[in-house]
Amino acid sequence: MAILRIPTPLRSYTDGQAEVTVSGANIAEAMDHLIGKYPTLKPHLYNGDGNLRPFVNLFVGENNIKDLQGLDTPIDENARLLLIPSIAGG
Amino acid sequence: MEPILPGLTRDEILRYSRHLLIPEVGLEGQRKLKGSSALVIGTGGLGSPVALYLAAAGIGRIGLVDYDVVDSSNLQRQVIHGTSTVGKLKVESAKAKLVDLNPEIQVDVFNEPFTSDNALRIAPDYDILLDGTDNFPTRYLTNDVAVFLGKPNVYASIYRFDGQVSVFYAKKGPCYRCLFPEPPPPGLVPSCAEGGVLGVLPGTIGTIQATEALKVLLGIGEPLIGKLLLYNALDMSFDFVKLKKNPNCRVCGPNADIKELIDYEAFCGVPSHDHDEGSAGTGWDITAPELADRLKQNHLKLLDVREPHELEISALPEAVNIPLGTLAARLSELDSAEEMVVFCKSGSRSTRALELLASAGFKKVKNLKGGINAWAKEIDPKLPIY
Repeated sequence: MAILRIPTPLRSYTDGQAEVTVSGANIAEAMDHLIGKYPTLKPHLYNGDGNLRPFVNLFVGENNIKDLQGLDTPIDENARLLLIPSIAGG
Repeated sequence: MEPILPGLTRDEILRYSRHLLIPEVGLEGQRKLKGSSALVIGTGGLGSPVALYLAAAGIGRIGLVDYDVVDSSNLQRQVIHGTSTVGKLKVESAKAKLVDLNPEIQVDVFNEPFTSDNALRIAPDYDILLDGTDNFPTRYLTNDVAVFLGKPNVYASIYRFDGQVSVFYAKKGPCYRCLFPEPPPPGLVPSCAEGGVLGVLPGTIGTIQATEALKVLLGIGEPLIGKLLLYNALDMSFDFVKLKKNPNCRVCGPNADIKELIDYEAFCGVPSHDHDEGSAGTGWDITAPELADRLKQNHLKLLDVREPHELEISALPEAVNIPLGTLAARLSELDSAEEMVVFCKSGSRSTRALELLASAGFKKVKNLKGGINAWAKEIDPKLPIY
């Protein structure tokens, strides 16, 4: 199971969990698993077309999936995924 | 040709002696800092430690941009200000502290919001920009200004326990828009005024921001160009990710189509401040005195869309609490035929709740303008304002 780190702004949709485990052969499957567990996260991550919202960045290890194969990026069992939202506080 | 660096006086040599002892800084580095300039955009949570440490470090000229006045709710984190400067201009309050800390430096103040109209008048005069703003429009503006002027933009951003830091320098790496091509839709990402922030967080993050600025100005170490630092205070975690230049970036990519500053409030769909005062607009708002009158006449359902822990600070009796984040899933608990007034802390979240309710067919809803804080101010002085 891969581990996905949830940033603070989204933790209210994951029962306060900072990290959740997700399974899947690629990012799309892992995200489906995530949304299955926490359905209220969906509108915060996906737009109406089913694509990740442009301001949401998902990293596998230290690489942005936009620089890899997007939602088709394969992941292994030990993958560490990071969800990086845009925040503006100062 | 290399610029001629200013010399250090006897007093300055003593003042900066701990820097002069570090070989990576030394006399030449300190003279570089004296000959350099930095524009600090925002003198709030991040701007406080940034400006204090840059001044202490001996940056020769520091510009401060802010249009706000010091409020007592700032002092939990904005340590450049003090109780004695509540109500005063932030730039003047900050300047007084900086000049006291280091009278050897020059502090320029710009008591105005940083906008498309003045940014290219203010920023060209500085070597480096530090983004300590509190809203998306000013962040996109700062990025674009830095790209157009070819200057580094030391970026930091905070929310609750999370912080982000990077050095966006389009000449050498990605810019802010390479990572975030578009802002989030209005209302989807809560601001610090709405969601809160741990007071020490901007201290940690702003200090890292100042460190990066000093490294860039000195030309030492490995600045966070092409890297983003993600900090979480609760987990005490530091994660780094790689950032690449986006070939489709609209401001720094090879086919960039944005060549001048735009209307950033329109681009982001939100105002360029974080004041959390929401109004749903004419016909949708009800003021606190109007609501008080209505409640004397007949029953009106009150819907409080704040988080449950906020009810411990202040609450209205009889109000039903459904936090905004869960409202969409709990609409069945409400009767669309019933007259209803929605409120939150200051009117921002309730405006979004009203939009959600209106789109779900609720026609008899109003927004309490200014939220429960307005009620506390105008109707019930026993309630605290937060």
